[in-house]
Amino acid sequence: MAGSKQLITIKGTRDGLTLYIDDSCSFNEMLTELEVTLSTNHVAEDEPMITVTIQLGNRYLHENQEEQLRELIRSKNKLVVQSIESNVIPKKQALEWLEDSEVKVINKVVRSGQVIEVQGDVLLIGDVNPGGKIMASGNIFVMGNLRGVAHAGVPNNREAVIAAAYMKPTQLRIADYISRSPDYETEGVYMECGIIDHEKEKIIIDRLQILARKRPDINGFERRMIHG
Amino acid sequence: MGEAIVITSGKGGVGKTTTTANIGTALALMEKKVCLIDTDIGLRNLDVVMGLENRIIYDIVDVIQKRCKLKQALIKDKRFDCLYLLPAAQTSDKSDLTPEGMEAIVAELKQEYDYILIDCPAGIEQGYKNAVAGADKAIVVTTPEKSSVRDADRIIGLLEKEENVEPPHLIVNRIRNHMVKNGDMLDVDEIVQILSVELLGIVADDDEVIKASNHGEPVAFHPNTKASLAYRNIARRILGETVPLLSLEEEKGMFAKMKKFLGMRS
Repeated sequence: MAGSKQLITIKGTRDGLTLYIDDSCSFNEMLTELEVTLSTNHVAEDEPMITVTIQLGNRYLHENQEEQLRELIRSKNKLVVQSIESNVIPKKQALEWLEDSEVKVINKVVRSGQVIEVQGDVLLIGDVNPGGKIMASGNIFVMGNLRGVAHAGVPNNREAVIAAAYMKPTQLRIADYISRSPDYETEGVYMECGIIDHEKEKIIIDRLQILARKRPDINGFERRMIHG
Repeated sequence: MGEAIVITSGKGGVGKTTTTANIGTALALMEKKVCLIDTDIGLRNLDVVMGLENRIIYDIVDVIQKRCKLKQALIKDKRFDCLYLLPAAQTSDKSDLTPEGMEAIVAELKQEYDYILIDCPAGIEQGYKNAVAGADKAIVVTTPEKSSVRDADRIIGLLEKEENVEPPHLIVNRIRNHMVKNGDMLDVDEIVQILSVELLGIVADDDEVIKASNHGEPVAFHPNTKASLAYRNIARRILGETVPLLSLEEEKGMFAKMKKFLGMRS
């Protein structure tokens, strides 16, 4: 068993070390092997810290296993775990990903007293009337009149945007920011969007065209997912 | 087999009872067999507006609790032979009525009458649920005020969830031309755009309505007033006449012309 095949391959790159761990052995075997391998590599005291990336291949680690692994590597001199990467994720997480990256299409009028809540982005074909509310963990696009409350990026995605064909909301909320309509009567605006202006630290409403510059990530949902 | 139409609004005081009485009268004028049901238990008004208060012996709660037969509780109108009223009880409260009981009553009435108009109490609680049970269609009454439109929106949302009720129709009541013109009141187009339901009719604010109600005679019974004409037109639209949309346009056209005329003068 031991020594018949190398379970751990170490490669050095400019960014540090990458540990490729064979994904067919057991977790305990892996730990033992890692212990031995890392102990044999002595690093001089005055060397800078070395960052380590771990490639698990098709192995899935539970949270406590991952912690064990980090613990082991941290106990070695001069090694810092930068990231642990795996090709696999549990089904549940995958479904969450899918949900978060999907655009849900809803075709109705959100009337007073009604609340629509979705995971991911929402495309509403219809109006949000005063007293109605639409919430999404991602972006909100309203192809209609937004007169009620829209809350995008629930609970903490400050990059989320709210766009509407006609915008005259009672309130716009993005993540933990809230802005309300002015106290005087106003005309609504057409084809505009609300985003958080990170410099002014508040929600601003502007033309849809600014999104291309300020939120280029809306283009690809997959890319956004990978960026986390 | 008749048709049951619930008349509702969410908000109180927008003219549900007046609308019920007048549409009922207008339909009776066109020789339809009509039965009005007042479901506002504890705060009945429809009998007063119809001028039938003194004829009440049994009421809807008596029917539900089987103290009398349905036919015994029905009151024939003093002007029409084809118009009847099932009055609400004044002494009990809304919990004495159940949706099942209402459904049974409406089903029985549908055998005999062409139209059953159900006057709904204000609010969205038990009273509303009772009134909507058994209805096939719904008419939402609103006035050109923000609060009233907001409540109408809420009630339309609730009606959309009722499987047996067709998408509701809208009546905009108590429109004051000069205020709409000044921009102090919502205009009809704006209301219809927000509520996105089909418009059944508009009724101008008319002192005659109050006068007639106080005399226990629905205004639709008197010709020659603006409101009366409006209610009669609504009744014709309910009957599915092909004129209705045209007459609505006419009505609006007339308003528009008047607005223009007044606008030019002032």
